[in-house]
Amino acid sequence: MTHSQPPLDLSPKVSDEVRKTTCYMCACRCGINVHMKKGKVAYIEGNRDHPVNRGVLCAKGSAGIMQHNSPARLRNPMKRVGPRGSGEFEAISWKEALQIATDWLAPLRREAPEKLAFFTGRDQSQSFTGYWAQQFGTPNYAAHGGFCSVNMATAGIYTMGGAFWEFGQPDWDHTKLFMLFGVAEDHDSNPIKMGLAKLKKRGARVIGVNPIRTGYNAIADDWVGITPGTDGLFILSLIHCLMKAGKIDLDYLARYTDAPVLLNSDPRSPDYGLQMQDEDGKALVIDRTTGKLTPFDQPGVRPDLAATYRSAGVTHRPVFHQMAEQYLGEDYTPEAVADRCGIPAPRIRAIASELARVAFDEAFELDHAWTDFRGEHHKTMTGRPVSFHAMRGISAHANGFQTARALHVLQIILGTVEVPGGFRFKPPYPKPATAHPKPHCKVTPGAPLDGPHLGFVQGPEDLALEPDGSPTRIDKAFTWENPMSAHGLMHMVISNAHAGDPYKIDTLFMYMANMSWNSSMNPGGVMEMLTDTDESGDYVIPRIIYSDAYSSEMVAYADLILPDTTYLERHDCISLLDRPISEADAAADAIRWPVVQPNRDVRGFQSALCDLGAKLGLPGFVNDDGSQKYKDYADYITHHERRPGVGPLAGFRGKDGTKAGRGEANPEQIDCYIENGGFFVNHIPDGARYYKPWNAAYQDWAVGMSLYDSPQPYLFSLYAEPLRRFQLAAEGHGDRQPPDHLRERIKQTMTPLPSWYESDPHGTQGYDIHALTQRPMAMYHSWGGQNAWLRQLHGHNPLYLPTALMREKGLHDGDWARVSSPHGEITVPVKEMAALNPKTVWTWNAIGKRKGAWALEKDAPEVTKGFLLNHLIHELLPAKGDGLRWANSDPITGQAAWFDLKVKIEKTDAPAESKPQIPPQRSPVPPPPKDIAWKVGK
Amino acid sequence: MTTLPQHTDRKLGLVIDLDTCVGCHACVISCKGWNTENYGAPLSDQSAYGADPSGTFLNRVHSYEVQPEVGTAHLVHFPKSCLHCDDAPCVTVCPTGASYKRVEDGIVLVNESDCIGCGLCAWACPYGAREMDVAEGVMKKCTLCVDRIYNENLPEEDREPACVRTCPANARHFGDLADPNSAVSQLVAERGGVDLMPEQGTKPVNKYLPPRARDQLQGPEDSGEIDVLAPFLAPVDTGPKGFLGWLDRTLEKL
Amino acid sequence: MHPAPSVILFSSLSGLGFGLLAWLGIGLPAVTGWVAFVFFTLAYLLAVGGLIASMFHLGHPERALKAFTQWRSSWLSREAWASVAALLVMAAYGAGLVFFDARWWPLGVIGAALSLLTVLTTSMIYTQMKTVPRWHSLWTPANFLSLSIAGGALLAGQVTEAMVLLALAGVVQIVTWWQGDQALASSGTDMATATRLGDIGSVRAFEPPHTGSNYLLREFVYVLGRKHAAKLRIIAILLMAFVPLLLLLSPVLHHLAAALAVLSHAAGVLTARWLFFAQAEHVVGLYYGKR
Ligand SMILES: Nc1nc2c(c(=O)[nH]1)N[C@H]1C(S)=C(S)[C@@H](COP(=O)(O)OP(=O)(O)OC[C@H]3O[C@@H](n4cnc5c(=O)[nH]c(N)nc54)[C@H](O)[C@@H]3O)O[C@H]1N2
Ligand SMILES: Nc1nc2c(c(=O)[nH]1)N[C@H]1C(S)=C(S)[C@@H](COP(=O)(O)OP(=O)(O)OC[C@H]3O[C@@H](n4cnc5c(=O)[nH]c(N)nc54)[C@H](O)[C@@H]3O)O[C@H]1N2
Ligand code: SF4
Ligand code: SF4
Ligand code: SF4
Ligand code: SF4
Ligand code: SF4
Ligand SMILES: [Mo]
Repeated sequence: MTHSQPPLDLSPKVSDEVRKTTCYMCACRCGINVHMKKGKVAYIEGNRDHPVNRGVLCAKGSAGIMQHNSPARLRNPMKRVGPRGSGEFEAISWKEALQIATDWLAPLRREAPEKLAFFTGRDQSQSFTGYWAQQFGTPNYAAHGGFCSVNMATAGIYTMGGAFWEFGQPDWDHTKLFMLFGVAEDHDSNPIKMGLAKLKKRGARVIGVNPIRTGYNAIADDWVGITPGTDGLFILSLIHCLMKAGKIDLDYLARYTDAPVLLNSDPRSPDYGLQMQDEDGKALVIDRTTGKLTPFDQPGVRPDLAATYRSAGVTHRPVFHQMAEQYLGEDYTPEAVADRCGIPAPRIRAIASELARVAFDEAFELDHAWTDFRGEHHKTMTGRPVSFHAMRGISAHANGFQTARALHVLQIILGTVEVPGGFRFKPPYPKPATAHPKPHCKVTPGAPLDGPHLGFVQGPEDLALEPDGSPTRIDKAFTWENPMSAHGLMHMVISNAHAGDPYKIDTLFMYMANMSWNSSMNPGGVMEMLTDTDESGDYVIPRIIYSDAYSSEMVAYADLILPDTTYLERHDCISLLDRPISEADAAADAIRWPVVQPNRDVRGFQSALCDLGAKLGLPGFVNDDGSQKYKDYADYITHHERRPGVGPLAGFRGKDGTKAGRGEANPEQIDCYIENGGFFVNHIPDGARYYKPWNAAYQDWAVGMSLYDSPQPYLFSLYAEPLRRFQLAAEGHGDRQPPDHLRERIKQTMTPLPSWYESDPHGTQGYDIHALTQRPMAMYHSWGGQNAWLRQLHGHNPLYLPTALMREKGLHDGDWARVSSPHGEITVPVKEMAALNPKTVWTWNAIGKRKGAWALEKDAPEVTKGFLLNHLIHELLPAKGDGLRWANSDPITGQAAWFDLKVKIEKTDAPAESKPQIPPQRSPVPPPPKDIAWKVGK
Repeated sequence: MTTLPQHTDRKLGLVIDLDTCVGCHACVISCKGWNTENYGAPLSDQSAYGADPSGTFLNRVHSYEVQPEVGTAHLVHFPKSCLHCDDAPCVTVCPTGASYKRVEDGIVLVNESDCIGCGLCAWACPYGAREMDVAEGVMKKCTLCVDRIYNENLPEEDREPACVRTCPANARHFGDLADPNSAVSQLVAERGGVDLMPEQGTKPVNKYLPPRARDQLQGPEDSGEIDVLAPFLAPVDTGPKGFLGWLDRTLEKL
Repeated sequence: MHPAPSVILFSSLSGLGFGLLAWLGIGLPAVTGWVAFVFFTLAYLLAVGGLIASMFHLGHPERALKAFTQWRSSWLSREAWASVAALLVMAAYGAGLVFFDARWWPLGVIGAALSLLTVLTTSMIYTQMKTVPRWHSLWTPANFLSLSIAGGALLAGQVTEAMVLLALAGVVQIVTWWQGDQALASSGTDMATATRLGDIGSVRAFEPPHTGSNYLLREFVYVLGRKHAAKLRIIAILLMAFVPLLLLLSPVLHHLAAALAVLSHAAGVLTARWLFFAQAEHVVGLYYGKR
């Protein structure tokens, strides 16, 4: 009647300019459109053309503007003036900072390069930092993978030449049954959500296996609230059911896996359990057509899964035979595992049946003709629409490697890897363990290391051991304690360096890892180790250099700070040599570039390494005349060549920028990337999109893209022979022998076919509740806490208890409890949760902060109520009285076993603040503003 | 007795899929980002780095645990912003006329230069869709991104709300709910979309798609029904030996 | 609801002020000259003081005039008109009494009606809120009006009327509380309708959307302990009705007793009004699991 409306501008100007770069609020590396107003960042949204996120953006990504403008940003290089841990610093110039670093490091390089331990966090430039460390000559380099998900990466690579993690993905467009193990958020966070959306739209079934029903598991059609640490048993039981019912893809197993490969089956033979191979080292099979022994890859060969072969008095049986013996037994019936897993036996059967039904009854064909490596032509591609994904829930246990292997075996027997509807690799994967480098550790003072640090061992001969058998590396990677530690053990560096075990170091150089806080097990202990002094009053770890962009807890423990820029202020490359942004249908890489210039005296860390490398005269960082080779990281990205024609970026190579993969350096390359929206994609041709490890067209394409130097088809390894080699050594074969105290453990855990064992329960008697953490989707580790928007969502964290446990302990929401483990105690607020495994408690990860860090006020809820579960977790297992230091890690890969934690819980009076409280650190940055109301365009 | 338009040409709104929302808060933050930089005053934050952080948001994601009579509890993530009600009580209570419902598309807006910050509209809204901005002293609410959806400075495909554009799980859909043929209307029809608090009589335009049935994959003992899946696990032959015999026989057929 | 002092003061004081004006308007007591001046000053101080207090509640008091525009739909706007009209008419009427010793009774009656209308509009602001079931009842205007009229009588020195009306207001107050206590439960709005997840099972709030605070939590999710509320109710009813009644009945110290009765009543009303807000359950609290 009297309706009236004011005039409204429906088409306001959105921004002056859009700059396209790559997000860094987590490791997913989505493309972002940065809207600029008056030269400032005004608004960030997803880039619709970007292969990773197709325009969507998560909460962290959208909150990037607050991270970029955080009051916690470091402003200048600093040197420590107060005691370590106090946070008292003096601002210095870059010139002085680089001189100090050079003065510390140059003598080490000349005399004992291993005295530098250089470890980097979740950085995305490992191929660069690794190269730098290699040129320096220290064997002590790794990134964070050892405490993150190395189990997942190695289990995948040793089994099928590629892992879940960020190296593969389900065929979201075709899969009809998707099973997710132990994932809260993952690295591939936006793609997984986008994939789930596709499944939901098609009405495909999602099964979430997780003790906790939140996030992805909340929207799963079926939730399996498994008891932590028992996934291996559950999976082996599924394998049992499927094998027993013959619901396995025999054709796939025969053609593409080692199931038909013959193994020495004579227990008296020194080669017992090893493959039968020809002179070229090729695995041998029996051809079903001819009945003859033949290398697996010959044209026309149809490997036999059942045939046995006797030669020189030794019977050889196919891998598949051993699988039948191992998995059909009573140990793995649903009834045998149900109680331990906390899943009723009928439900295990129901899930196995559904896997069988969808894999076989809903199989379909895609109309892509292709030719396999044996030259056989296939008119179509057979799809099995069952796919799996898993992450740290299965990998961050001390039995995680074998559990992840078991999951791969399950996928493979269903014939659902690299087929339509199944799990697919992203280039540069597939790439089997044998195509990866082996670890290198030969130190020559004053010269580079003999090769890349990290790699994939094939047997005892590849371990990083000194002639006396002691570890070469400070983290004891590639030793008998954890032979296949392909990512190193960053979580052991401080502990080992402090203990002088295996030796003392001089300088600890770290980058982008909050090692005195949430990324360490046992932060309290770590803080003591970092500040501990010897008889002469010197720090036991003499020098610490650290690069961070923000005022984190770790900053307080460094002697020299190299302040980094924010992600919007520097060049970066997300390279095919490292952890690229490829999709299953395309190889892709990306860059970051300074969409704004820093307004502080900070420098991109990689650029600083170019400077430091030149000052130290590292080969690769100086020209023949000794002058600095790379002006900065952008210069390195553009001009560095790893192999002729192969550099950090694959796109726009060649003089005119038209070559992909291989080609001379193109001085305009970065501009081409910027022009293209910050990334480069090269699509895989249709007939090459599936069956990649065996598909001739894919192999050729990959060679063209410089992913391989020559085609290298291979068989999946249901049977991981390298593990058997370690077992053989433990049984007394060969001349590199493990120490006696490890023999039994190696025999028990390093089974070549996946097995399940309970994580070492020593010393945890009486602690019978599992305690876990989960990533909140809207918070990134500790660094999200400085974000004014995100911290309103997750400013403190309760410990969630299952309903029955709440009742049993007389607890109500908001009460406080004392939670203790064999190692420590915390006092924290609790909250009830019904959709939770009854033996499990959990909290959000990394919400708790130390007073004084992150430019937060001292009474911030992150400090007063927030807490870290880490105080209950130790990097070592409880002492066994044998004087040895047993790492709380997977005995095969060294993966930190965060989720093996067991606790007990008692009600207590509410304290004033959560406990433990660490005394405040001095903030090296000015106090934050109180209120913000901030509009760039005003 | 109302200053609501008698009729709106279209009913633009959101359809939120509770079956798919993973509770990631992406929509919350992209909304905060867009609306800080666009329509009206920026969305401010108080004690931004201090003890009691609190700020203005136009969209919030709750989560609920739902305990069925039998079986395990479910967890449902529940995003909520203004539902652009047809019978918007927030509009009729407004003494200044600052709150209004657009006749073209039914979007409910606050004209900030008329708002006295009395808070009544927020009292009248049953959904908690309005928040007073502490710094500016005016009422803030979801604008349905009225400054995006018609914005000629944006490419056509971007003329949708920021929260919809960003949602990684595709749990938010935008469209005209007055048009029975629109994609959103059809989604509502197919999936049985519902109104929140229908008894409040607000006639929300936004609809919620309920979560699909959960935990259907149970053993027969659990569900009490016959086991349709059982045949899939009929053993081929018991024990490893028998299995290998089966294998031989099967391979011959391959 | 958050018991904001400005709104509590406003509604309580202006209720008393307009109640007094209403009595003055019908010529009780029949005062003129400086006595009338004193009565009118008191009434205006209360009524206008209350209005000014309410301005503190606004984010933009300087735009307050805009609040007159939406009288067709908004009770707040109507209240603005009614209060201004009442104050103007009563000002003219009062001027007659004070300066001209004249009682222009039609003006007085209209002013009295407008005064009560103002109180009614104030109460309707709350009554119309379907979102607050406790308020969404005819007992809300009954409660406001009965208090205003009784308080006005007390201030106007109408002892007999005041005694009857105080008793009545006390009874209305008790009934208002009693029905209010059932209101949310019988409103039909609960967790199940709020989330529409009730078909699946019983709904419990799990994680809030933010660990930080916000406007909604501050404004609508005030939770008052049951025991505490019961105590305050007793205090309110004693101060509001019982004590004034006893004082009015007491034979000695008449003026002092009357003054004390007024103070006690005012304190009682303020307490009851505090409870009126503090106990009001806004349905939005359901979303936060705070009901
Ligand atoms: N209890 C428990 N603990 C855990 C885990 C768990 O599941 N449970 N997970 C573990 C895992 S998998 C991981 S990966 C770790 C992660 O732990 P961290 O890697 O320590 O993660 P952040 O806390 O984010 O710390 C990284 C540091 O990088 C800094 N930083 C951020 N941006 C930049 C930049 O642009 N340049 C530089 N130079 N620095 C920057 C941050 O300020 C911060 O100090 O936590 C581990 N800790
Ligand atoms: N938003 C956000 N995203 C992130 C990060 C972040 O901090 N924030 N961090 C990034 C990093 S560094 C990493 S490593 C990845 C990690 O990605 P995720 O692996 O998804 O990380 P977690 O949160 O450790 O999740 C572990 C999950 O495993 C479950 N779980 C624990 N034990 C078991 C078990 O025994 N069995 C099963 N089935 N489940 C179990 C836990 O309940 C939890 O849901 O996320 C990355 N992405
Ligand atoms: S998932 Fe989020 S934080 Fe990670 S890169 Fe993508 S947008 Fe950025
Ligand atoms: S949701 Fe609330 S604010 Fe939005 S139109 Fe409805 S009543 Fe008004
Ligand atoms: S706060 Fe503003 S928009 Fe809301 S009712 Fe008051 S004047 Fe109207
Ligand atoms: S439509 Fe726009 S204003 Fe409304 S919730 Fe979404 S992003 Fe926020
Ligand atoms: S962005 Fe989408 S999935 Fe994430 S909380 Fe919002 S609606 Fe849910
Ligand atoms: Mo990680």
